[in-house]
Amino acid sequence: MSERKTGVYLCSGCGIGEAVPMAALEGVARTEYKLEPKTHACLCGDEGVEMIRADIAAGVNQVVVAACSARVMTDRFAFEPVLTLRADLREKVIWSHPAGDEDTAALAEDSLRMALAAAPKVKFPEPWIEGDYSQRIAVLGGGVTGLNAAREAAALGHDVLLIERSDRLGGRARDASLRLPHRPPYDKPEANHIEDLVAAVTAEPRIVVRLGATVTRTGGMPGKFAVTLSDGSVEDVGAIVIATGWRPYDAGKLGHLGYGVPGVVTNVQFEAMLKAGAPKAASGKPVKSVAFVQCAGSRDPEHLPYCSSTCCATSLKQALELLQADPAANCYVLYEELRTPGVAEELYRAAQRAGVIFIKGKVKGVDADLTVHVADALVQQDVPLKGLDMVVLATGMVPNSTDPDAAPVEYGADLLKGDVDPEAAIKVAGFCGEAPAAPERRAQAVPPGGPLLNLQYRQGPHLPVLHDGFADSHYICFPYETRRTGIYTCGPVRRPMDWAEAEEDAQGAVLKAVQAVRAAAAGSALHPRVGDLSFPKIGLNQCTKCRRCTVECPFGAIDEDEKEYPQVNPTRCRRCGTCMGACPVRTISFDNYSVEYLTTQIKAVKIPDEFSGKPRILVIACENDAVPALDQAGIKRNSWSAHVRVLPVRCLGSVSLLCISDALSVGYDGVMLMGCKPGDDYQCHFVKGSAMAAERLSKVGETLKSMMLEPERVVQVDASIADADRLPGVIDGFVEQIMGIGFNPFKGF
Amino acid sequence: MTESTSRSRTILVVGGGISGITAAVEAAEAGHDVVLVERSPTLGGRVAQMNRYFPKLCHPTCGLEINYQRIKKSKRIKVFTMASVASVKGAPGGYAVTVRTRPRYVRPNCTACGDCGRAATTEVANPFNYGLDKVKAAHLPHPMAFPMRYVIDPAVAATAEGRAIEAACPVGAVNLDDAEGSFELEVGAVVWATGWRPYPADKLTAYRWSEMANVVTNVEMERLASPDGPTKGRIVRPSDGAVPKKVALIQCAGSRDLNHLAYCSRICCLASMKHAAYVREQIADAQVDVYYIDLRAHDKLESFVQRVKRDPQVRFVKSKPARIEAGAGDNPVVCGENTLTREVYAEPYDLVVLATGMQAATAEGEVPVFAPDLDDYGFIFPESGAIAAGVASGPLDVSMSVQSATAAALKAIRAVSA
Repeated sequence: MSERKTGVYLCSGCGIGEAVPMAALEGVARTEYKLEPKTHACLCGDEGVEMIRADIAAGVNQVVVAACSARVMTDRFAFEPVLTLRADLREKVIWSHPAGDEDTAALAEDSLRMALAAAPKVKFPEPWIEGDYSQRIAVLGGGVTGLNAAREAAALGHDVLLIERSDRLGGRARDASLRLPHRPPYDKPEANHIEDLVAAVTAEPRIVVRLGATVTRTGGMPGKFAVTLSDGSVEDVGAIVIATGWRPYDAGKLGHLGYGVPGVVTNVQFEAMLKAGAPKAASGKPVKSVAFVQCAGSRDPEHLPYCSSTCCATSLKQALELLQADPAANCYVLYEELRTPGVAEELYRAAQRAGVIFIKGKVKGVDADLTVHVADALVQQDVPLKGLDMVVLATGMVPNSTDPDAAPVEYGADLLKGDVDPEAAIKVAGFCGEAPAAPERRAQAVPPGGPLLNLQYRQGPHLPVLHDGFADSHYICFPYETRRTGIYTCGPVRRPMDWAEAEEDAQGAVLKAVQAVRAAAAGSALHPRVGDLSFPKIGLNQCTKCRRCTVECPFGAIDEDEKEYPQVNPTRCRRCGTCMGACPVRTISFDNYSVEYLTTQIKAVKIPDEFSGKPRILVIACENDAVPALDQAGIKRNSWSAHVRVLPVRCLGSVSLLCISDALSVGYDGVMLMGCKPGDDYQCHFVKGSAMAAERLSKVGETLKSMMLEPERVVQVDASIADADRLPGVIDGFVEQIMGIGFNPFKGF
Repeated sequence: MTESTSRSRTILVVGGGISGITAAVEAAEAGHDVVLVERSPTLGGRVAQMNRYFPKLCHPTCGLEINYQRIKKSKRIKVFTMASVASVKGAPGGYAVTVRTRPRYVRPNCTACGDCGRAATTEVANPFNYGLDKVKAAHLPHPMAFPMRYVIDPAVAATAEGRAIEAACPVGAVNLDDAEGSFELEVGAVVWATGWRPYPADKLTAYRWSEMANVVTNVEMERLASPDGPTKGRIVRPSDGAVPKKVALIQCAGSRDLNHLAYCSRICCLASMKHAAYVREQIADAQVDVYYIDLRAHDKLESFVQRVKRDPQVRFVKSKPARIEAGAGDNPVVCGENTLTREVYAEPYDLVVLATGMQAATAEGEVPVFAPDLDDYGFIFPESGAIAAGVASGPLDVSMSVQSATAAALKAIRAVSA
């Protein structure tokens, strides 16, 4: 970069000029930072923006805008590749603090100082782009989901490597009869046309199909994955779509529902019978009277705690198929809750019209003569259902998030301990808190087996899984997010789902894979910091090989080289800065973000001496939720102490303990970390950032004691984006608490 | 849809709720130009009006914030608010679209400083809170509005108050001459992300929502529980502001009913579990009764139902109530027969919440989707000629809507790339 020439622009609009003395702000830039500021009454207007553009044309190569929050007018003040730093004078200053007040003026000045001081520490990032990138997409699994994924990726112009472990494509659909209705009027089972799908994929020249193949190891990173197959061949791919589907729950564990008795079959077995023609009873005669037992293993704390979503509709479909062939047949559906969401309700009606008999109740057992004992909820007594010649157990879906045929791998198994305990009490005041019922026994969350991809990652070979062993996202708004960048799951390995949903899911996952290969080649970040070109740089001359960065990265982006130095895989990185926060020697930094960038801002604030009676409190706030909440507090004109200085950070995970000790050593009286909720229902967009911050903070007490400071001076609070009315009180309470402790004795040193 | 036009690679997304936003950013981040058209003054749609999401009880604005940042950073997305699609002509690869705009009376140079709001005196029903409270005629739709721009109610535009509002704006952003207009777009694909509306509760005459203040709908309950709602998040009886101690949640209010919505709206059971959580979080001694036909919770959401079921103060009654009667003290009385015990009940409650279902916006003929692409309920069905994202394709929860919208983005990209 040529010599840095920073332009400073102050906005006096939106009441800023009336609330705080602009001359004093100009003085800060001029005398303290030797920069000549320009003030405009409406900087975001065309005239203001043109003024900045003209200066850039004349050589300004860095812009500091002191106006509104960085969250608004983002597009107006974007002058890429010139980097813009923003100092908020509006939402978190004049809108939340009294006008004409000396403390508000001091707050505004410090806000400007923080941006001016930080400016020399950052630059517009240069992306990491090195060597060749593959645009090819690997799809693991050749069933309905995988076939659709392969076809969609090819249609978007990508070469595809389709890997199927068995010797044929088509997956479970090959053995299935009709599929669930997905066309109006949604009341008839439909032909599944799996052969056509297989033929289309086989005929597509962009798709290379590898049958009888599994992945023995996967190294590299998005854009540069090297996938080794079971025959030893190594394939380069840019992104990976996992579509390994499901396996039926082990019916061998359903002896209490009669499995093992001749004539008791699973829905998967019955499906194959329907495909083969008229199902035959144990006697060899066509089946005349069938009971479908719903939730066979699902919604059962002893087996699968979740609802497998598709079994109700599948039983209705199977009953309808049987009745289609033999209208005189008797079909009973034994259920606790009948679940046909959405337009699948029409299938339920069709089954009722066709004469299927529905009995609400729990099945207690099945006799050797196929008599089914039901605790009928309507008549409220046990009823024997006699004369059946077949019992179909509607077994649920177990996700193939592991390879059942591969040896379980212990290394990295910690990743498979669900990050989420779905049975944990809902943690809100008063709700369920005192529920007397003992927590139900948790079934094993992760299906047994080895890793699907055998990832050569420092954090282990498995894909992280969440609820109930599914390789799903924990985000409601971002269902495709995974902790292994460039690797996306779809279909029943992600969530129990039917055929039509799996088709759509494959499309969604393929689009994410396409984005991943594009972003990798451009050196650009993916969600949630889309477009960020920075990446972590590690100063190995200072590195102590402590491995904290490799362990704490929520995305497994950092491995260790043969000398045990950390090795960043930039395209795996999501730019949260957790590595930076983890590093005890502050040698990890980004072009546009670093420990120094943060501590410089911390130190730029003027700390009044204790005789002024004015404390200084640092609030380190997550820019994803806490900062927007504070902005909204400003919009609502909620007020909090003007003695507080807010330092926005990418994620609390990026906050080094050194930031905190630096703050205390320069005289701040207290430090509050404000970030997203950690724990089971974490809301951190980087998964573990706020949890990591909490973990680090738990060790700060000793440091503070060694500095002869009270541990209460540093706290972490959970903030949600909806806390605009709550946070001002939280902040003021902390200020009060700090005043109770007294001023920081380091002040003035 | 026969007239052919020149080919375009731009994707039009109709509707700026979570599905439309998702379709737009996912397509843009795959390298495509997108025009996003939203008919209200702000993006966010129905989810912006939700207090929290099930099952995490997290806040919808959290994900919206991330998505708004994605839009702000993208150079490929153009957003038009207060705009709706009037007509679409052409075929995949080349559509001519007429977009109709309503007047906002505020120009894009609005800084959201709020001076116009302070100058306004008239108050109008607040659409963000389903009319449960009022806002100034010049207002920011809500603190998380995107774009962060004020809007002026047409009622004051041509009045002296309008002129006072105009005079108050320090940056000349008020434009009282703003009028309805239209513009043309050429696009290669159209994604319908037109979403849903709550099934009109006034059609459920036996439940007397129109007459009884203390019978509210599930979407109104979201506003009552929200910090930005009419009660600042305190759940109270609309009739007298009292804290309800006994609350009924009535499932399938309009859904699974051939006289109303024949289908299951999928999300209402779980929304009611969330409402039970809201009530129990705020009101320690409250009793909540859930009236249901089947409790429907797909996949892992089952654990959310089980967690609520563990609360001894939440009771489940298998029954579809026949009617609601007026009781003493403005208490609605829920009447019906318990399907399991055959008991006939008439239970008075402080507050009754109707779990009304989702009706497709495309069902009412307001959206110019090609009619053969719609099923009997007004949903755009798969394999029709149209591309649907989210609830336009069927009743879905948020996560499934986002999944559907991501798939829709891919379908649109295929259409413009063909």
